[in-house]
Amino acid sequence: MQQKPIFLTILDVLSIIGLGVATYFALVYAPTEAVMGNVQRVFYFHVGTAWVALVGFVLAAVSGILYLVTKDMKWDRFELAAVEVSTMFFFITIVLGSIWARPAWNTWWTWDPRLTTAAVTELIYIAYFMLRAGIEDPEKRARFGAVYTLLGGISAPITFMVIRLFRTIHPVVIGNASAAAQGGFDMTPNMLTAMFIALGAFTIIFIDLMWHRIRIGALEEKVEHLKLKVSM
Amino acid sequence: MTQPSPSFLKAVFAIARKDLAAEFRSRELLSAMLVFSMLVILIFNFALELDVKVRQSVTAGVLWTTFAFAGTLGLNRSMAVEKDRGCMDGLLLAPVDRSAIFFGKAVSNLAFMLLVEAIVVPLYAMLYNETRIFQWEFIGVLLLGSIGYIAVGTLLSAMSVQTRTRDVLLPILLFPVAVPVLLASVKASGGIVAGLPLEEILTPLNLLIVYDVVFLAVSYMVFDFVVEE
Repeated sequence: MQQKPIFLTILDVLSIIGLGVATYFALVYAPTEAVMGNVQRVFYFHVGTAWVALVGFVLAAVSGILYLVTKDMKWDRFELAAVEVSTMFFFITIVLGSIWARPAWNTWWTWDPRLTTAAVTELIYIAYFMLRAGIEDPEKRARFGAVYTLLGGISAPITFMVIRLFRTIHPVVIGNASAAAQGGFDMTPNMLTAMFIALGAFTIIFIDLMWHRIRIGALEEKVEHLKLKVSM
Repeated sequence: MTQPSPSFLKAVFAIARKDLAAEFRSRELLSAMLVFSMLVILIFNFALELDVKVRQSVTAGVLWTTFAFAGTLGLNRSMAVEKDRGCMDGLLLAPVDRSAIFFGKAVSNLAFMLLVEAIVVPLYAMLYNETRIFQWEFIGVLLLGSIGYIAVGTLLSAMSVQTRTRDVLLPILLFPVAVPVLLASVKASGGIVAGLPLEEILTPLNLLIVYDVVFLAVSYMVFDFVVEE
């Protein structure tokens, strides 16, 4: 068996430290928001997890295209890792958002464009796992998975544009908010620092998890090959 | 890859004609889709208590939900037929561009869906005395929405039919990806029924056209990867 790369171990340690530091900055360092109070602290991890999840979905669509062009299984492993890790992070984003929305909007959930798009995106990638589970041939599984991530990656932004026709109350903290947004706030420099530290920490954790998942994928494939050899 | 040539179009229409001829002899699929549509409307009638006031706002939604459900029936069936009797292998062996198979299947699927719509819409109008749905704009939205839905549906049904879970999988794969086309269609046709001026439904209409163009192009490009053995 291959040794675990030393750099991966370093990354593991960095991830744990990063999570600790980001937690400190979100819970202690960042000032309490004047109107919403402590619940606003959820925001730092909400943005952090959302950021890596969206990066992961884009990476998945790109590696899907790369697989279709090159037919190299390493891109399939990369795509699966990206979708798996991102689906988990996106789920955390939605849960954290709900926790914040309860006091801020007085509801756990509302059919706002961002929330709806998030829910639909999450469903697309759950369907992706069901699609993969239904196919035995690894090569066909890779092909269909790549096609579906591509479709999902194109459809999600259009979903967002369509649902925006309805209405939005999701605050836009960076950039221009719509007049109807509720629960927006202006960030002080300390808040910005905490947000960027959370972004950085989750980026490291994301890379770490991706690497682990790709490594597991490669090992899985090896085990399959060995099993075939033994049974022959 | 060949340029769209007369032989390409001939291949597309040969496949579509084959499906339509088979269907008009057996009428299995159309009758199933029609009866199913009527049942969905019946259930909506009681689930939503479609009285005059409610109908104002939900007509478009009820119709599109019905067509989406009936559409998956048709899509599943039309691909399952090819797969079960080994026709797909025969089609793949034919010396035509594979995207001709995609467009051929899409044309026949679209024809079935439009036929169902052509019967269900007048029936709905008669049942609920809703004559506002007989407008050119409404029919245009029906056409645009169906094209987008069928484009991505034909591609995904070619995929789902090759998996272990088959028919169960198609709606799960299709609905989340088809959310934009269904929502834009509901928004646009709802606006038409409510008598809004054309400017107000222009945005969903544009998004529908964007979706149609993008997904027809993407499905055309990736269909090769879906049927390749």
